[in-house]
Amino acid sequence: MALVITDAPGGPRTITLSGRLDAATLALLWPQTRAAVAGAPEGPIVVDAAAVDYCDGAGAALFVDLLRSGRGAAVEIRNLKPAYATLLRQFDPQVFDHDLDPEPPRGRALEEIGRAAAATWADVRLQVEFIGETAAALAYAATHPASVRWKDVWRICERVGVDALPIVALISFLMGMILAFQSAVPMKRFGAEIFVADLIGLAMLRELGPLLTAILLAGRSGAAFAAEIGTMRVNQEVDALTTMGLDPVRFLVTPRIIAAVLMTPLLTLFADLVGLIGGAATMTSFSIPVVTFLKQVDGAVNLDDFLAGFVKSFVFALLIAGIGCLRGLQTRAGASAVGDSATRAVVSGIILLVVVDGVFALIYYLLGI
Amino acid sequence: MPTSESGEAIIRVEAVAAGYDGTAILEDVSFEIRSGEVFGVLGGSGCGKSTLMKHMIGLLPPVAGRISIGGDDIVSADEGLLDTIRRRFGVMYQSGALFGSMTLLENVRLPLEAYTSLPSEAIDLIARMKLALVGLEAFTGHLPAELSGGMQKRAGIARAMALDPAILFLDEPSSGLDPITSASLDATVRRLADNLGVTFVIVTHDLPSVFNCVDRVVLLDRRARGIIADGDPRALRDTSADPRVRAFFRREPEAAAA
Repeated sequence: MALVITDAPGGPRTITLSGRLDAATLALLWPQTRAAVAGAPEGPIVVDAAAVDYCDGAGAALFVDLLRSGRGAAVEIRNLKPAYATLLRQFDPQVFDHDLDPEPPRGRALEEIGRAAAATWADVRLQVEFIGETAAALAYAATHPASVRWKDVWRICERVGVDALPIVALISFLMGMILAFQSAVPMKRFGAEIFVADLIGLAMLRELGPLLTAILLAGRSGAAFAAEIGTMRVNQEVDALTTMGLDPVRFLVTPRIIAAVLMTPLLTLFADLVGLIGGAATMTSFSIPVVTFLKQVDGAVNLDDFLAGFVKSFVFALLIAGIGCLRGLQTRAGASAVGDSATRAVVSGIILLVVVDGVFALIYYLLGI
Repeated sequence: MPTSESGEAIIRVEAVAAGYDGTAILEDVSFEIRSGEVFGVLGGSGCGKSTLMKHMIGLLPPVAGRISIGGDDIVSADEGLLDTIRRRFGVMYQSGALFGSMTLLENVRLPLEAYTSLPSEAIDLIARMKLALVGLEAFTGHLPAELSGGMQKRAGIARAMALDPAILFLDEPSSGLDPITSASLDATVRRLADNLGVTFVIVTHDLPSVFNCVDRVVLLDRRARGIIADGDPRALRDTSADPRVRAFFRREPEAAAA
């Protein structure tokens, strides 16, 4: 591989290329050739390729670059072997003069804000539409129980409920322990550590049990629903359902919501209980026996407190399953689409949970529960 | 790097057996692919042609047998040797297998950036020329998801050709392409094989394209678990005495073959 420049007096500059022209040799030859062209005197340039033994796609790129570079038609390539000339003829150098597919210019700030607002509004509309569709589908399922795919419901129940037991147990046990420990240390200074039982009983049953379970559910099942339905969407399975005349909401969403609504309250019960056990376990090390702890909880917590938490868990289940399915159905094309849907399901699920939990707190306060 | 018209065997498949979970798909398959030839691996659905390709490109070790590419055995190669062997070929996957987060241009640039020390503008031009070869010069800035399946596939071919490998494996290149694009792809294959001596291994069951550009084929059969014919596809169509082979090349229904 070599490059020789000969300047005939008064004549054209001749650049003689020889040897192999491929990706390996061009690393050196490309800048050299460019310099030779740039440094040429006014007038035509002749590139003599008679001694080129081999020229692949990368070599062809060098010739295309010479033919297009600034000097236009003034560069002439001579004596290229016919096999390589055939390759070169496939390309029109003018095509590569400018980028045929440039990035679209960014809109102005106002335009971007408008677009974002319109997108948000469209999303809200979709959510409202979805709530309506789901409500209709659930009402239909309630009046026509035979239309529900119960086999799917039990299968999803197992994944949402039974499979979640260990993680719910672990988290609520630890939460009970930590809560007990954190509050027992300062309360001991006033000799009031027995009231830790009241605190844990109320906090677990009214607030933490349902909320923790729901957040775990959002992370496990909400994301799973979004990913499952999203994958079905990408694989056109949802389209197949629609064209078969089967309503995707009734077919995919209803069983998931029924399963979540059946399982979440049970998981919440379980979380309440295990949380209390965790608290009791910690308090034994503060020399409060389990029996005393339970007696104290029994005195502090009444049925209303328990029901306040239990009712919430139904609503949380509806929200999480619904938002998971909605995000799944909204999945667009593309490699990251399913991942995006799962992320969106978890994020909007948790935001909604906290907001709705706040609404519940307000309602309970006004009702005096 | 391709060396044209030498005609020695560049890929050797020797006594390869393939299968999944104890079910044998292929038994004792042997053939050679010569340098500079456009070679077709044909067969009906489920005959193991895609599996055979996975073995040939070193993605999946065969149950038994040897496969050598450019003289090196790909089955027993360690990671270092495997990397060297992999530099000798490019692969176009059935669905294109483009990286979804990158534009077409970035997809084609990727192997060039990884394996050459060319200046960036040269890489850019080479990548755009590869895309122009498959008719996508006006879509360089698009993401794969914004294109049709056929276009993604063509971009996959452009990426496989980025480094001008000596061997190109194409898995079902024409499925999902319209007849015109498919024919121009055949012409590109022919041009690269004739002028640069690139060896093509094409896994397909698209007969028009086989008759258009393929020099030699092996025909695999599911029931025979191996090769039932090899040679020039046109000659096999016209002169083969085997009813299964005739049925395949003349597109007769299976009942006629039995």
